[in-house]
Amino acid sequence: MRLSELQKGAPAVVERVDDIHAADPIAQRLRDLGFVQGEPVRVVARGPMGGDPLLIQIGSTRFALRRNEAARVEVRTEVAA
Amino acid sequence: MSADTLRIALVGNPNCGKTALFNQLTGGRQKVANYAGVTIERKEGRFVAPSGRMLQILDLPGAYSFDAVSPDEQITRDVLEGNYPGEAVPDLIVCVADATNLRLHLRFLLEVKRLGRPVVLALNMMDAARRRGIVIDVPELSRRLGLPVVETIAVQRGGAKALIERVDGEMPVAAPVQPDDAASRADLHAQVRELLAATVTMPRATAKLDDALDRWALHPVFGLAILAAVMFLVFQAVYSVGKPMTDAIGDGFGWLGDHLAVWLPAGPLQGLVTDGICGGLGTVLGFLPEILVLFFFIIALEESGYLPRAAFLLDRMMLSVGLTGRSFIPLLSSFACAIPGIMGTRSITDPRDRLTTILVAPLMTCSARLPVYALLIGAFIPVRHVFGVFNLQGLVLFALYAAGIAGAMLVGWAMKRIHRDKREHALMMELPSYRLPKARDVAIGLYERGMIFLKRLTGVILALTVLMWALSSFPAPPAGATGPAIDYSIAGYLGRGFAHLFAPIGFNWQMSLALIPAFAARETAVAALATVYAVGGDGGALGPALAAHIPLASALSLLVWFAYAPQCMSTLAVIKRETDSWRNVAISFGYMFVMAYVASLLTFQIASALT
Repeated sequence: MRLSELQKGAPAVVERVDDIHAADPIAQRLRDLGFVQGEPVRVVARGPMGGDPLLIQIGSTRFALRRNEAARVEVRTEVAA
Repeated sequence: MSADTLRIALVGNPNCGKTALFNQLTGGRQKVANYAGVTIERKEGRFVAPSGRMLQILDLPGAYSFDAVSPDEQITRDVLEGNYPGEAVPDLIVCVADATNLRLHLRFLLEVKRLGRPVVLALNMMDAARRRGIVIDVPELSRRLGLPVVETIAVQRGGAKALIERVDGEMPVAAPVQPDDAASRADLHAQVRELLAATVTMPRATAKLDDALDRWALHPVFGLAILAAVMFLVFQAVYSVGKPMTDAIGDGFGWLGDHLAVWLPAGPLQGLVTDGICGGLGTVLGFLPEILVLFFFIIALEESGYLPRAAFLLDRMMLSVGLTGRSFIPLLSSFACAIPGIMGTRSITDPRDRLTTILVAPLMTCSARLPVYALLIGAFIPVRHVFGVFNLQGLVLFALYAAGIAGAMLVGWAMKRIHRDKREHALMMELPSYRLPKARDVAIGLYERGMIFLKRLTGVILALTVLMWALSSFPAPPAGATGPAIDYSIAGYLGRGFAHLFAPIGFNWQMSLALIPAFAARETAVAALATVYAVGGDGGALGPALAAHIPLASALSLLVWFAYAPQCMSTLAVIKRETDSWRNVAISFGYMFVMAYVASLLTFQIASALT
């Protein structure tokens, strides 16, 4: 499942970040910011217009990501907390 | 530079409290300049350590990674690697990390460590960490990292004591240089995880207060309502605190000019002193209160962590017109005056978004247009009610504001279309923890903004103002001349020359002439029209005089002209200063001139056909 499709508040874990084209700087930056396999993530809030951007909690940090940025992140939802 | 001076570079992620720490270390003794050829601030300060050694501190731009995506990060990397021309390699690197957010910040520290230079880690915001029950085993962290670790509280008096003692002491041993490649980069996260597991216990990942505040501040309905209230407050303050001070400064210099005039013989010198220099200084310094009031709010909102939240709420809306959430506050402040607005675009990290914001900012209806609008609307638009409730004059004023906004949206959209750079530009914005802004940090920020304006802009704007005065005053009218003096001046000739250019949009030569002093400051168009139509001052006589000489279609055309026209020159000077490019000044002037001309042409031709 893509991070952009994740329900608000639902706990999930990062699987990987996909480059949408070769040497995608946005994907690389997401990895640098800590979107790496095994990190727990959560959607904290959505923007008031069209649910965009998304506010993502990863570790102790909150990042605002636009939908197409969050769509690069593949996540796995946790079955039980 | 003496051999005793130790060069220290301060680095860290954005929002690690690095600048507050820098302020704490250096106090007011800072030198703010720009890195050559770019508009990124270079902040340097110095202080004498207890040992008597001079410490020179460079506050490098915040960076998340050496895999630079922004010009800021590139500078930080180049300086640390010794690849930045004209910038000496620092003797010691102090890496600042937010103790409440080590998972993100330690990764950058590991990147810095791989450079193989002496590094000290400053665990900042230790007060917040303690409050949240975060326990860090500092000796163990230091042992595992193989570098000195000190605790700091940048926002507390004496909170940098441990850091000063450490950097003043023995130079730490540098780690071996390690290569920077994708594989080892991925490994950094694993190292961070291991470090955290061994040295940090954290009761919960986030601060309760942040969660509670964000539930309201980012709520789709309440969040927007709070934002509207904050914006309203800022806008009101700029008008009700800044504007009277601006007027008082203008009046003060007017008074000074009048009194100086008594001591000077009538003639060109008297005119230069009273109208040229005093009038010019009044205009230029008059911008200062509005700049300071606006920056007080921008700095306080940025420091408190609210500004990124506002950007979050508005990003989608601004993105649809080719801007970003961060463009909103600079654009809003441009309704007071485009100059502080353009200076405020420094909070936009993406260079392309920043340039677009700078280019559209002058289209927001600034307060200097109001006297012109008020005069023309009062003279030409009848007081009539539309649909029983709306005042026609008010509707026209509203339409002019709306025209400016629509124009900005159009330009933003067009810029996005024609820009060669079609790459996706990311938002990826960190929303830091809320904090109470510190008076010292706000005061230092305000002082810096004020000085930048005074030192680097006053000269240019004053020179241009005096030039405009000279154009309108020389040559003096010949003996026995009957018309007003400005008719015989260079501006008078230029005005008649421009009249050919402006005839298709319905301007007569008097109106064309009034545009020349209006280039110095828009509101002077009123005084210039009063002069050429030889009616006294800006009182009630001017309106009827205009109505008698100017057809309605021309008046409407002039109103539309003022909504889009490339004015004032202070704005152009700020664009030059903030983008460091004459090309951007030319683009800005050019597109606004074309836009104003076309819009006025349409207005005049359509209005002429209808009346």
